[in-house]
Amino acid sequence: MPLQDEDVIREFLVESHENLARLDQEFVELEKHPKDAALLSSIFRTIHTIKGCCGFLGYSRLERITHEAESILSEMRDGHRDFTPVLASLILETVDAVRTLLGWIESTGEEGQDNFEDLTDRLKAVARQKAGALVAEPQLPVAPSELLPEVTQQPAVTEQAVTQQKEESPVAETAKGSAAADANIRVGVELLDKLMDLVGELVLTRNQILQFNTDREDPELNATSQRLNLITSELQEGVMKTRMQPIGTIWNKLPRVVRDISVGLGKQIRLQLQGAETELDRTIIESIKDPLVHLVRNACDHGIERPEVRVRNGKAAAGTLTLRAYHEGGQVIIEIRDDGGGIDVESVRRKAIEKGLFRATDSYTDKEVLNYIFHPGFSTAETITNVSGRGVGMDVVKSNVEKIGGIVDVSSRPGEGTTVKLRIPLTLAIIPGLVITSGGERFVIPQVSLLELIRLEGEAKKHVNNIRGTLVYRRRGRLLALANLNQVLGLTDAATGADSDAISIIVLQAEGRQFGLIVEGINDTQEIVVKPLSKQLKGLAEYAGATIMGDGKVALILDVAGIGELSGVLGEAAEFATADAGKKPEEEAEQQRLLLFRAGSFERLSVLLSLVSRLEEFPLSSIESAGGCPVVQYRDRILPLVALGAILEPDKQDRRPLADPSQVVVFTDTDRSVGLIVDQILDIAEEAVTVRQTSQRPGLLGSGVVGGQVADFLDLSYVLRATPANWSQAQPKAGMRRRILIAEGSAFSRGLLRGGLDIAGYRVSEAANLGEAMRELESRTIDIVVTAASLPPEGGSALQTAMRGRPEWKGIPILALGDSDAEVKALSAAHLFEDCQTKFDREAMLTSLTRLSAALGGEVLSNGSLALPEPVLVSGREA
Amino acid sequence: MATPALQASSGGEQTNGQYATFQLADLFFGVNVLKVQEVLCFQHMTRVPRAPAEVEGLINLRGQMVTAIDMRRRLDMPPRPAGDLPLNMVIRTDGGAVSLLVDEIGDVLDVDLATWERPPENLDLATRDFISGIYKLNDRLLLVLDTERTVDVAPAPRTRGPRTGPQP
Repeated sequence: MPLQDEDVIREFLVESHENLARLDQEFVELEKHPKDAALLSSIFRTIHTIKGCCGFLGYSRLERITHEAESILSEMRDGHRDFTPVLASLILETVDAVRTLLGWIESTGEEGQDNFEDLTDRLKAVARQKAGALVAEPQLPVAPSELLPEVTQQPAVTEQAVTQQKEESPVAETAKGSAAADANIRVGVELLDKLMDLVGELVLTRNQILQFNTDREDPELNATSQRLNLITSELQEGVMKTRMQPIGTIWNKLPRVVRDISVGLGKQIRLQLQGAETELDRTIIESIKDPLVHLVRNACDHGIERPEVRVRNGKAAAGTLTLRAYHEGGQVIIEIRDDGGGIDVESVRRKAIEKGLFRATDSYTDKEVLNYIFHPGFSTAETITNVSGRGVGMDVVKSNVEKIGGIVDVSSRPGEGTTVKLRIPLTLAIIPGLVITSGGERFVIPQVSLLELIRLEGEAKKHVNNIRGTLVYRRRGRLLALANLNQVLGLTDAATGADSDAISIIVLQAEGRQFGLIVEGINDTQEIVVKPLSKQLKGLAEYAGATIMGDGKVALILDVAGIGELSGVLGEAAEFATADAGKKPEEEAEQQRLLLFRAGSFERLSVLLSLVSRLEEFPLSSIESAGGCPVVQYRDRILPLVALGAILEPDKQDRRPLADPSQVVVFTDTDRSVGLIVDQILDIAEEAVTVRQTSQRPGLLGSGVVGGQVADFLDLSYVLRATPANWSQAQPKAGMRRRILIAEGSAFSRGLLRGGLDIAGYRVSEAANLGEAMRELESRTIDIVVTAASLPPEGGSALQTAMRGRPEWKGIPILALGDSDAEVKALSAAHLFEDCQTKFDREAMLTSLTRLSAALGGEVLSNGSLALPEPVLVSGREA
Repeated sequence: MATPALQASSGGEQTNGQYATFQLADLFFGVNVLKVQEVLCFQHMTRVPRAPAEVEGLINLRGQMVTAIDMRRRLDMPPRPAGDLPLNMVIRTDGGAVSLLVDEIGDVLDVDLATWERPPENLDLATRDFISGIYKLNDRLLLVLDTERTVDVAPAPRTRGPRTGPQP
């Protein structure tokens, strides 16, 4: 019977669990570096410590198993035995057995019934295989029962001393543990929770006292309350810290999970962990642990295909599973992304119809259909698991995450993979927030979502434009979609609205996108305690919670993403597109802002908003003619105009007369502008750009769905070439006539890139794959190559390799374009390319091209900073 | 004829026969006294735009966030006369404390459990849903409020819905 001292046993359990967690990681690491002596020693020590302790505590079964494993490990460590996958599996199995036994001890105080005889036998067999004599040898010189008293006598043994000690004696081992224990104590989570609650109350009381203090002029009270303020802040910070843990603590065991599954299923899976240092409240970490493991299992099991299938589909044999954690808008986002087969939306749809979850006639979007994999009935159905590749227990994942106020979101592309996004709120936290007023009410916006505050007065208010009810603001050369908080919340304007003196815009960021929120007043920032809303209000996407202000009244905390979605500025239509089948990788589906307009017989034309510099209206009377072309005087310049309808349909007879005033979309480069006269500007939509159908028609790149309706994407470079003012013949700046080769697999992306480069005055060649790129390079002089990282067939790096292999191409700089920031980071880290940027970030691309072009020498630019588009747009405060 | 035993099972909870009472227009309601946390005079409320109509606002009750439900609106009654301030009866529910806004607070009454009866079938639905039974007092009827159902208010389905048009 083990000792009755419960504290000792609990300590033993906690420590053993920690050790085992580390062991898992070390083992996976060891498989990569089988000869790493330090790792082997560390693993040996861990097992050894457990063995020593359980001998002391009288857990004989545990001792027996660990003893055998220890024998094998000691041989490995001493170089008598090689590390093999078989041995690794065996020892990992032992670790699991130890865990099971520890579990029993934890719940019952006994070791349980399972003897693990099979495992012990196998361990013994392996141990005997090579060196029979060794089996008995590793018995330790010090009897386990002498262990503890000695430890207490030597608390001063330092960690270094221990690790340097060649001979592993149990005394030194445990001494190390106790030395660490001197600096750390274990505290129950309940106590920390209680402390946190109290600090929350204290913060509120502090806020009230501060408020009270401002109302009177008592120096003594003032001094005291300042001191209270300071101490409270520090206390709060300290208590918060005690509860924060990096998410890495639960990711630690994932390498092991992935390894086990991949070995078991004969798959090759690379696990990437990004943002392991992202800190989360401990309680939240605890509650997402299981869902996370489940999602990872699912991705390995069903998402990533077997190597032969992957190779057949033109992918690398090894699949990649990426876990990414980051803070955004007061939430922590955890993404689990695989590059596997994706979910077959159609079979989910069929299954859902079969199950009667919805009718065949219902028109659900792919996105909505996809969410049915979280439906309880769905998860356990085996057929769907095989067909769709997902599903076991997804309902449990969802409910667990929702229990802590989180959201699960899934998106998938057939053949390209699946991404599951967990949004975890920081409900328990005290966060800094900005207090604003709208409709006479106070609201709080979490400071993390906040990018900028803009106040527009007088003339500057003109920079807010109304496009058919949608407000946009021109901010430093870009249009920012605006939402009016009063409208979103259905409040009545307290002030006289648009006629009031100033417009206050809060620039917010949610889901990686920005939008502006018009509010009536901006007050101040404050530390707030986030309190969850009651169940009567929980379903409101507008709010993240509520807090108590200094005056004791309640204020609601806005949910920035929710507000953005409800107002349409973060367009839900965008999400549909993400879930749609497309030719491009997942990352490319990142949101783009699109300007929608009507011209000629094209009801919905679309162009990337980032290419547009201004939207203007000119009365017909102001349009003059110069050299046979319509022009308008604008900002001391002459702006050539061109009617888009006439370019797209040159042969059309019964053309509508130009509207008065005419709406004009202005494209600007450094010192040249051209205005496209359109019939009507319709909208600005935020959308993942996916082209469903490429167009044969000149002037159009293709069509896709924007805002739920089909729209044609304008081929800007065609349009500009066709302008009578002939843009491309316009006097270019020296050095800009470089020829750029765009190597990019997607015709549509090529079109967009070409449009951006054409405007900037570069000459552009195109290639859709490696072969074409080589031919282009052979047939013309190319100055700079811009390649997509995903260039078919083997990526941009293949092009780089090919080019660097030819002396005449060695000097051509290559700019690689990634689909996401993460990819760009990876590209840069590879040091293959002269520069790396994100696709569609036109400004960054142009800046980079200028630099590369300047570095080429020859026609060096006069001002040296040429391609940085001059900020033509006036920001609000300028006027 | 119903019996007290029946009452206990139909209500799904224990009662000691004591009810905290309140007046709402011409109706007299009782809440199991064990469910009542406290009774307060009118409190400042922060209204919650887009919340269900029944939710009047949020109250700071000594640091505790309490949702206030207007009982007149909940029971589909005409609004309180202008200028009349409602009182708070804060009750404990499974989802935390909730305040019921009522016209007047009455005494705590000891009722004779034998006088319990089911609500009549023809009682209008808006009221019937929230009443678990009726005690026949000497001078009037005491309607027993089913608190869990009363506070079971959910926001309208338009949560993450499509964009809303301009507001009037």
